[in-house]
Amino acid sequence: MGIRVITDKCYGCKVCVPSCPFGIIEIIDKKAVIKDGCNLCGACATACKFNAIEITRETETKIDKSLYSGVWVFAEQREGKLANVTKELLGEGRKLADELKEPLAAVLLGKGIGELAQGLIAHGADKVYLADAPELEYFLEDSYTQVIVDLVKKERPNIILLGATAIGRSLAPKVAARLETGLTADCTGLEVDVAEKNLLQTRPAFGGNLMATILCPNHRPQMATVRPKVFKPSAEDPSRTGEVITVDLTKTKWDIRAQVLEVVKETGYVVNLEEANIIVSGGRGLCDPKNFAMVEELARVLGGAVGASRAAVDAGWIPYAHQVGQTGKTVGPKIYFACGIHGAIQHLAGMSSSDIIIAINKNPDAPIFKIATYGIVGDVREVLPLLTKEFKKALGVSQEAVV
Amino acid sequence: MKIVVCVKQVPDTTEVKINPETNTLVREGVASVVNPFDMYAVEEALRIKEKLGGTVVALSMGPPQAAEALKETIAMGVDEAVLLSDRAFAGADTLATSYALAKGIEKIGDVDLIFCGKQAIDGDTAQVGPEIAEKLGIPHVTYVKKINEINETGLTVERMTEEGFERVKLPLPALLTVVKEINEPRLPSLKGKMRAKNIQVPVWNAEMINADPGKIGLKGSPTWVKRIFIPEMKCQGEIFDGSPEEQVKSLVDAILSRKIV
Repeated sequence: MGIRVITDKCYGCKVCVPSCPFGIIEIIDKKAVIKDGCNLCGACATACKFNAIEITRETETKIDKSLYSGVWVFAEQREGKLANVTKELLGEGRKLADELKEPLAAVLLGKGIGELAQGLIAHGADKVYLADAPELEYFLEDSYTQVIVDLVKKERPNIILLGATAIGRSLAPKVAARLETGLTADCTGLEVDVAEKNLLQTRPAFGGNLMATILCPNHRPQMATVRPKVFKPSAEDPSRTGEVITVDLTKTKWDIRAQVLEVVKETGYVVNLEEANIIVSGGRGLCDPKNFAMVEELARVLGGAVGASRAAVDAGWIPYAHQVGQTGKTVGPKIYFACGIHGAIQHLAGMSSSDIIIAINKNPDAPIFKIATYGIVGDVREVLPLLTKEFKKALGVSQEAVV
Repeated sequence: MKIVVCVKQVPDTTEVKINPETNTLVREGVASVVNPFDMYAVEEALRIKEKLGGTVVALSMGPPQAAEALKETIAMGVDEAVLLSDRAFAGADTLATSYALAKGIEKIGDVDLIFCGKQAIDGDTAQVGPEIAEKLGIPHVTYVKKINEINETGLTVERMTEEGFERVKLPLPALLTVVKEINEPRLPSLKGKMRAKNIQVPVWNAEMINADPGKIGLKGSPTWVKRIFIPEMKCQGEIFDGSPEEQVKSLVDAILSRKIV
């Protein structure tokens, strides 16, 4: 098992050297040599014109894959309100389930949340597994993992999708580790290989510079977290019917070690950037923290959320919760305004999947313009108030500033 | 208190550029650095040690050159470092990586608290921390932005959520993954740098941590990378002309025509 260079076939043409995302191929004595750190991604084997790089994998399957069937969606909710990503997962899960000719189920955990089940069916679920207990009132890794793992062992789903949210990204790895199965983070593309019933999971890596397609061919269930706002939410059809299955929790071993003491919501303008349709972000081009008021005003007029570049956060102009980019939040709104943001690759990594990107920057060579749908070259402090005024006029919003 | 910090050596992605002619990554001269999020983990571990006493051990898995990343943490003030390195670990996905790290932590022994960065900037999975906790059978909290209280038996932390944060109480031993907001990592001291320069980082192989050969490296990895490719770049956008007023008008018209607002 592993990778090898078939030296008879290798001509030392060096084509494979730059193809390696890890930069670990060297030409020594006119032959390619692959050094430590290879993860068998196959980029070099694809690049090689002489079929001189061979990858072999153990294909032995230890489990009977035919025993596993069904696509599951984790129905994330907080305080009885479904996360938007749940509807996106149901939309995408429905497609996968139809292709595989398997049922789509939603897994709903919480306390007193039974009434959400019908909504999940209306959004595409054939079945809802409803686990309702006081122990599940708040999301906690211990209790949620226990319930899901017990249910997986009993029902044997083929695929489990979770949102790549604060909850999903903490819960999914714990569940996957306990089930000893594969998990792919932050997927932005999902397809199925119907013959093998494999899920082809595509995700960005290296801050979005590369995309990788991941398989989990010999383990079940196949688990993935899915980035919010990437897939379209499924349309609601109130006439759809489905089955609500109440999960028996009488034998559940509640070994809950952590305890939620307090839930604090940040007040003021929206900070839930991951779910915002419109984000107005400010950067160092604002020159002064008080100019963030311009960003906030445009966000208010458009009903959007306020984001920021790392530079603005590091300067202490706005709290970290607003930071967009590799070390902050990853967002994908319909419209993203980058106001006085240069566009460092780390920032682009966090927002480049936005539908429409609007760049306002006085430097025409700023990298932000390279990915912008629309751009204005100019001083953001001059352009922003004009833009806000124009939107107010167009949308009929009151000219009075709200403080 | 015995604290382990898991660190990863990653390529400095600020340096990663795409060669537009060949559509491949330019890797020449790309430096390796300690994963930036792990620096916050190291700093937080050092602060707790300063408060409660004890030792801080940095742990990494990687090729032999990853010892350099561990030396950087020694320069910051970490007491000991251990590198898990073995060809048998190569090609590990997050499950196999977390298994090996958990076995390493078991060998270190009597660990009260484990810190990881929120995620590594090359893979961005954020999975290894929670998976280590599960392998060790201890609780974890992700996205920790503040430690409110800590003593020998437990701690209270603030975990970031989409809407704000939660205060969570949990007993020790436990694992935390931390975000940038938690602290400002210190610079290495001169004394630390000298110590790092002279230290020989112990290297443990698969046998030394008693790892099951079927659970490490490629063999222990349920997920495979099927393909890696360069994403299509968005086509060149439209830059408006005219006076600022005219440009703004064109922009608003363009946005309104899309009927999102």
